[in-house]
Formats: sequence, C-alpha cells, structure tokens
Amino acid sequence: MEQTNFQLKKQDAQSHDEWDARLHRATRATREDWMGRGISYLCIGVIILVVASMLWFITSKGIATFTQNHVSLWKFLSGTNWAPDQGQIGALPMIVGSFAVTFAAAIVATPFAVGTAIFMTEISPNKGRKLLQPVIELLVGIPSVVYGFIGLAVVVPFMRHLVGGSGFGIISATFVLFVMVLPTITTMTVDSLRAVPRHYKEASLALGATRWQTVSRVILRSATPGILTAVIFGMARAFGEALAVQMVIGNAAIMPKNLISPASTLTSQLTTGIGDTIDGTLPNNALWSLALILLLMSLFFNALVRFIAKRGQLKNGR
Amino acid sequence: MLSLRSGGSTILKKRHGVTEMNKGSKLAMGIAALSLLLVGCGKATSSSSSKGSSSEALSGKVTAVGSTALQPLAAKAGANFTAKNSKVTLTVQGGGSGTGLSQVQAGAVSIGDSDIFAEEKDGIKADKLTDHKVAVVGMAPVVNKDTGIKNLKMAQLKQIFTGKITNWKEVGGKDQKIVIINRAQGSGTRATFENAVLKGTDAVKSQEQDSNGAVQKIVGSTPGAVSYLAFSYFTNKLQAVSIDNVTPTDNNVETNKWKIWSYEHMYTKGTPDKATTAFLKYMDSKTVQDSLVKDMGYISIHDMKVAKDAKGTVTQN
Repeated sequence: MEQTNFQLKKQDAQSHDEWDARLHRATRATREDWMGRGISYLCIGVIILVVASMLWFITSKGIATFTQNHVSLWKFLSGTNWAPDQGQIGALPMIVGSFAVTFAAAIVATPFAVGTAIFMTEISPNKGRKLLQPVIELLVGIPSVVYGFIGLAVVVPFMRHLVGGSGFGIISATFVLFVMVLPTITTMTVDSLRAVPRHYKEASLALGATRWQTVSRVILRSATPGILTAVIFGMARAFGEALAVQMVIGNAAIMPKNLISPASTLTSQLTTGIGDTIDGTLPNNALWSLALILLLMSLFFNALVRFIAKRGQLKNGR
Repeated sequence: MLSLRSGGSTILKKRHGVTEMNKGSKLAMGIAALSLLLVGCGKATSSSSSKGSSSEALSGKVTAVGSTALQPLAAKAGANFTAKNSKVTLTVQGGGSGTGLSQVQAGAVSIGDSDIFAEEKDGIKADKLTDHKVAVVGMAPVVNKDTGIKNLKMAQLKQIFTGKITNWKEVGGKDQKIVIINRAQGSGTRATFENAVLKGTDAVKSQEQDSNGAVQKIVGSTPGAVSYLAFSYFTNKLQAVSIDNVTPTDNNVETNKWKIWSYEHMYTKGTPDKATTAFLKYMDSKTVQDSLVKDMGYISIHDMKVAKDAKGTVTQN
C-alpha cells in the first residue's frame, strides 16, 4: 500500500515534470510566431541598413565638395556661376530653378485638383468614380519620359508661339509638372474630403446652409490639413522630377530672369552632367552636393507633412 | 455597381499608402532598385576584370562602357564579333565618356569608350591607360533652316558661341535672335567643338542638352537655334554650316581642312585579356574600318591623312 502510494507519488512527480516541460516548451504556433517576428525584424533591419547607407553615401559624397575641394558652403549655396570644369560651382541658379518650377506647378495645379476633388466627392460622386477616377489613375501611370516627350513636342512649341523666346523655360516645365502633380494632389484631396465626418455636412445643411456654403466653409475648412498635405506631396514629386523637366526647361545653368528663358533644376543638372564627370573630381563631387540638397529637401517635405498632420489632428480634436 | 466599389477601394488603399505607409513603400522600392543596381554593378565588376585566361577557343567576357557617340558602332561591331566568337560575351553600354574613363580606370570594365583623350579629363591617369583609336568623328555647327545661314567665318562662329553676336542678321541671315544650344559641360562633343572653335575662351551660358539626339530634335524645331552635331546626325531638317567655305565632309576631315573632329577611343587598363585584345584587333581590321565604320557615319581611322595628339597638335601621316 505504502509502496504503491510512493510509486504513485513518484509517478506523479515524474508526470509533473513532464507536463512542466511540455507546458514550457514552445508550441508550433509559438515557433511560427518567433519566425514571423524574426523575418519582420530582418526586413526592417535590412531597410534601415539600406536607408542609413544611402544617407551616409550621399552625404559623404555630397560634402566632399566642401571637405576635399575646399569650396565654401556659402559660395556653393549663393554663387551663381556654375562651371564645374573651371572650378566654379555656384548652385543658386539650380536651387532657384527647382523651387520656381515646384511652387509654380503647385500653385497652378492646386485649384484644379481641389475643384476636381470637390466635383468627385460632393457634386457628382457617381461620375467622379466612374469617369474621373480612372482618368486620374491613368495620369499617375504614365511614365515621366512620356510627359517630357509630349512637353517637348507640344508644350515647348506652343509656348514659343504664345510668349516668344525659344519655348524652353520655367513656364514649359511648370505646365508639364502641372499635369504630373495633378493626380497626386487630386487623389489625396479626394481622400481628405471623404474623411470629413458626415455629421459636419449634415449639421451645416440642417442649419440652412447652401451646398456651396457647406462645401466652402465646412468641408474645405475641415479638410485643410489634408489638402495641404496633398499639395506638399505634389510639390515633393515636382521637386524630384528629373527627366520630364530636363526635356523642356532648356538646362541653362543661369539665374532665371523670367519664366520664359531657359533655366535648370537640381535634377536636370544631375542627369545631364553625371555621365561626363570622373569619380572623385570636383565636377562629380559638385553633382553629389546637388543630390544632397535634393535629399535634404525631400526630408524637409516629409517633416512638413508630419507637422501638418499633427496640427490638423489637434484641431479636429478640439 | 461593382466598378464603383472597386474604385472606392483603390482610393482607400491609396490613402493608406500616402499617409501611413508611404515612407515604408518608398523605401522598399528604393531598396529594390538599389539592390538591383548593386547586383548589376557587382556582376559587371567581377565578370569583366579578367576571366579570359583560357587558351583554345576564344572565350570570356568583354564589357565596353562609355561614350554614347561610339556606342552604336561598338554595339554593331560587337554583335558581329560575337557572331564569329560564340564563346565571348560582349556587352556595350553608354553612360558617357566620363563614365567610360572612370570605369576603366577603376578596373570595373574591360574597355572604356571615350570621345576625348584621357589626358583631357581631370582625375584620369592617362599614363595608366592604353589608347586604341577606333574611328574618327567629324562635327559641324548646325542651325535651324529658317536662319538662312549656310556659311560662317570661324571668327563669327566664335563670337556667336561667346555671346558677342546675338542676332542672325549680324552674320548675313534673317533678323532672328540666336538660340544657342550647347551640350552638357564635360561632354566629349562639346570639348571637341570648343577646342577647335573657341580655343580656350569660355562659351556663353546657355541651354544644355545631354545627347546628340536631343540637339538634333531641338535645333530642327527651334527657330534661330544653333548647335553642333556629329556628321552622322545631320538630317534634312537642319542646315550644316560650312566654316570659311570649307564644307563639313569626310574628305575634308581626313585632310584636316575641316578642323572640328575627334577620335573615338577605346581605352584599356594594364594588359587586356585575350578576348578584349581580339575585339580591339577586330575593331581595327579592314572588315570593320572599311565597311561598318563608314556605313554608320563614322570616318575610318585608316583613311586619315593626319594625326592629332592629346594637345591638339596635328601632324601629317
């Protein structure tokens, strides 16, 4: 009796240990969980590594102009003479050119984009989705070289007849970029208009406001942060666009005096120049410095978007 | 109804994409592109350096990178060459003379194609490279047909490109503003043109285009435009301009009566492998020089009655 009891106890202990081990052992599901997490971490790690090395690469190449070739940063940013072969690297004409086409395109495109978006969400949602949505999606999908080619074949001659000069210049680039950023701004504006809570609109209409009053004072007002974000994304696209702009702006590294004389942008100078320079020489380093400016600007645009999103949220919360 | 819904969902997707996942997806795309690029580079580096040490049938990989002016000829000759030597893989890429010279200097490619002498490019150690001249290219000023210009004096041409003459009527053409279209700084064609015409004076800042093709199209369509092109890019939409009544023809280049011309170089570094040597020899052979070179609008190196060195000094052969 005692013995069996003891044996039982022993068995009990044994099975207890076994159960303990079993319960603490990772199940298949847990292992899958670990693996999934591991893969995710690995992917994130690789992404971070790539981004970090890209940042490091562009930065180290970009600052070589200042550290190795001893060009002063101020001279680079404020100089207006761009002749890298002769050691002159004033990048201001390109910086001004880039900002000019970017702002001009955004200013022209925004009213159109907002108008289209209002039509698609408030005035005629059905037609908007059936007709405009595919059209806008098509615009997104057209490669930039096609835009550039159309610009060269249509916009440039048109501008030449309209305003004179050679037709190459900021105004042609603005037109091409206008078409290119329009879908970006429109789609995002549509989203932000749709995100306006329904009861805002209902309350406004209930108070006796007309449709136009509701749209202009309530819907657009509360969607403003979203629309601003849309505009900034459009600007980021315009700022970074290289090929299409390069084909119509004329690529003259001179300070733009007006909208119809040839100018150049950071990207257009990069694409025209990079094949003809030798690694490690000033002309090559100077181009990397232009790339660095582009990188910093896109970081700035991203930061701006975050900032606006945050401000917008606070406003909505109140 | 279905189409409506699908439209809606795309919009929703897009919004997420833009506001939340934008960075992630952008990065992911960047990585994909970068890794492709890296893989591509790695391949080029490892494959091209020196693999052709086998002895019997010619085999190996030859990569020629650089000048876009030489690219069509190199590609065509390369195709013919590999048709005869099936074990040789030959890749011809553009990228520009600067790219060609720096890549061959770095040992990343077997042949660096260039429009200009390595000596002319800062940052290239020309004594480490071996020059193989494979063709000659003549270049001439071209103007839009409306200008009414067919001949210019060398001095006038210089004044136009330095910005001293700004209207075509000053040189006997129409009353039309001159629109100068340059090639990008550092371009081989531009260097050749400026060496022959401007002789050290700086060109006025103006439009720059990055290829012969773009120049051809733009000069043809822009009133008052002037630029310079390789002979092979002449079309009936453009007017090639004579200088001091010398017409831009192959014969005039061969005797140096026409001054604006340059060699097309294939540079190698150190001792090239067998396949590369064979290809260079093929480029210099009668098959290529007497037919292909001429067919494609270049001038054969064998026909030249003069020679030019890196400093631009011309000697009779």
